[in-house]
Amino acid sequence: MAERAVPVLDVKGLQTVFRTRGGEIHAVNHVSFHLGRGELLGIVGESGSGKSVTMMSLIKLLPIPPAEIRSGEVLLDGRDLLKMSDEDLRQVRGAKVGFVFQDPMTSLNPVFTIGYQVMEPLLEHMGMTKPEAAARAVELLELVGIPDAKKRLKAYPHQFSGGMRQRVMIAIALACDPDVLIADEPTTALDVTIQAQILELVKELRQKLGMAIIWITHDLGVIAGIADRVMVMYGGQVVEQAPVGELFANPQHPYTRALLKTIPKISGEREARLKVIEGQPPILNAPLTACPFRARCEYRHEPCDKANPARRAVDGRPVGHGHDVACHWQAPAMREVAHA
Amino acid sequence: MLDARPAPLIEVDGLKMYFPIYTGLFRTHTGDVKAVDGVSFSIPAGETLGLVGESGCGKSTVGRAILRLYEPTAGRVLIEGEDVVTMEPEALRRKRPTMQMVFQDPQASLNPRMTLANIIGEPLDEHTDWDGDRKIARVHELMDQVGLNRRFINRYPHEFSGGQRQRIGIARALALNPKFIVCDEPIAALDVSIQAQVVNLLEDLQDRLGLTYLFISHDLSMVRHLADRVAVMYLGRIAELSPSKDLYSRPLHPYAEALLSAVNEPDPVIAAKRKRIILKGDVPSPANPPLGCNFCTRCPRVMEICRTVKPGLAEVEPGRLVACHLYNNPSDAGSTGASEANERNQQGVMQ
Repeated sequence: MAERAVPVLDVKGLQTVFRTRGGEIHAVNHVSFHLGRGELLGIVGESGSGKSVTMMSLIKLLPIPPAEIRSGEVLLDGRDLLKMSDEDLRQVRGAKVGFVFQDPMTSLNPVFTIGYQVMEPLLEHMGMTKPEAAARAVELLELVGIPDAKKRLKAYPHQFSGGMRQRVMIAIALACDPDVLIADEPTTALDVTIQAQILELVKELRQKLGMAIIWITHDLGVIAGIADRVMVMYGGQVVEQAPVGELFANPQHPYTRALLKTIPKISGEREARLKVIEGQPPILNAPLTACPFRARCEYRHEPCDKANPARRAVDGRPVGHGHDVACHWQAPAMREVAHA
Repeated sequence: MLDARPAPLIEVDGLKMYFPIYTGLFRTHTGDVKAVDGVSFSIPAGETLGLVGESGCGKSTVGRAILRLYEPTAGRVLIEGEDVVTMEPEALRRKRPTMQMVFQDPQASLNPRMTLANIIGEPLDEHTDWDGDRKIARVHELMDQVGLNRRFINRYPHEFSGGQRQRIGIARALALNPKFIVCDEPIAALDVSIQAQVVNLLEDLQDRLGLTYLFISHDLSMVRHLADRVAVMYLGRIAELSPSKDLYSRPLHPYAEALLSAVNEPDPVIAAKRKRIILKGDVPSPANPPLGCNFCTRCPRVMEICRTVKPGLAEVEPGRLVACHLYNNPSDAGSTGASEANERNQQGVMQ
């Protein structure tokens, strides 16, 4: 599904640093990726891997300072978001790029009605009148499956359950028909059956509206179910990138491989013992001069300590378009790792 | 796992935990949140029972009520044959060392102003008359057992990562050589790569020390990995209690089936093939559960009887307990369900 010709979003060499009293934290290190029209790109990583900060950097949702976007380009339809004035950027947020946050409990304002919050972007960005916006808000709430939408406009967030609130968040993000929807762990705070509802909804909306989605999660199971392409992040950089089937069938980076083995499966043979990734994620208080995963890597060898590996293509296609990995170690054939 | 089961270490019978609701100026008692509404199960020594369900289904409350961190409303909890629910305070205190708990949030359950030596040693202060050296020796031993470096003994919790903090919590729970440990979502707050470390540690400790676990979690695939038998809870009641391998290969209760189908398999090939059962709507409020089966408002296979009669938990296949009208033979279901419903109505009137 990846459209190689015209990516709607093209990110090049993004670098974000936090300046703290204890020194600089290099949260995002030269991250490059693109997003095709209508594509769903999954981003996987643990806490501190830089996945959320990357996405927040795209539309400058970070407090600056302490954050500083040190370099990079974020091209949305050919325009660089990082060079835009704050006023222009405000038009992009909400109108062109929708954002769904992890925690539906805290990302809605408790003192305003649901209706007000869904209508806000419509009034702000679309120049609608109040009655128009109200009518559209009802449509949107119905679209995300909230029953009795007209009445619920007057309800407050505390009257909604977690799953319902996340639906409202999605409705708000969709309000202005964005080209890109960024969903940051949108189902992590929800129960599995509610999570399944939201995933179904997103799949359905994607078919209906055809927008491109970036889906951030630490849950490989979610990714397997909905993504077209996956980017694995570790230590603030992209360590592996591939179409979803390829990534799960033929993982190249030792981190991806280990990660796939640490999660127990729900079907098939029960593992006698879970595989463990020993150690802790790195502390990013200095620019990376070596592979960030080396301390936990079972394939560590000399080059790993000397240089941070660049992304290289695995399948002969250009980096970013096929399967690529940032690792000094050349994985042997896939037979050994192909899991049942 | 074994065919000949050892005598159960833990027996829970008809456990109910209601939290009263007081409203109005005079704080009149107007209802109850029925967090746990008649839960029964047993755990043989050395086994792990998984307790799964969505948030608000009462699984954590079960764990806490068993250890009598809450005062249960009704029911019996036998630990080694002694009823914990009715125990006098002093007897309960002497019983505490056998039963311990590992909490969900290692950040919140460790006192930030105490060193590791104090945290892990606190149960020893309470329950033994050992001198300082002996306590330190024991703390060292515990730290070895859970894989913490002895050098860290005088450090504070904030100096540790989430996974290490959970190890501290486990060491504290082990201090008094318990037989039974309630693990309340011990891995929920941890990163994927750290979860496996803690789960493997729990398994090792069980092998080495012969521990019995009640493992409460919403992570169904982790429970599958750990538990011998699994109880699926919904709105304060057990929907199904089955051996782990049976439950996961062929769930009998419609809720268990839906819950398992909602789990995301980390494999795109399987994910594409699987048929999900998407439940409509949300869980009803435990303050006002449905008259009949608690699951009847969302059940895809709901029948007329489900809306009026609560199904009891009955053995429908060897070793498999299910509370569902689909499996009870009709007359049987009618009588047991109806009598239970009557009993409940009477209780409602009394309260």
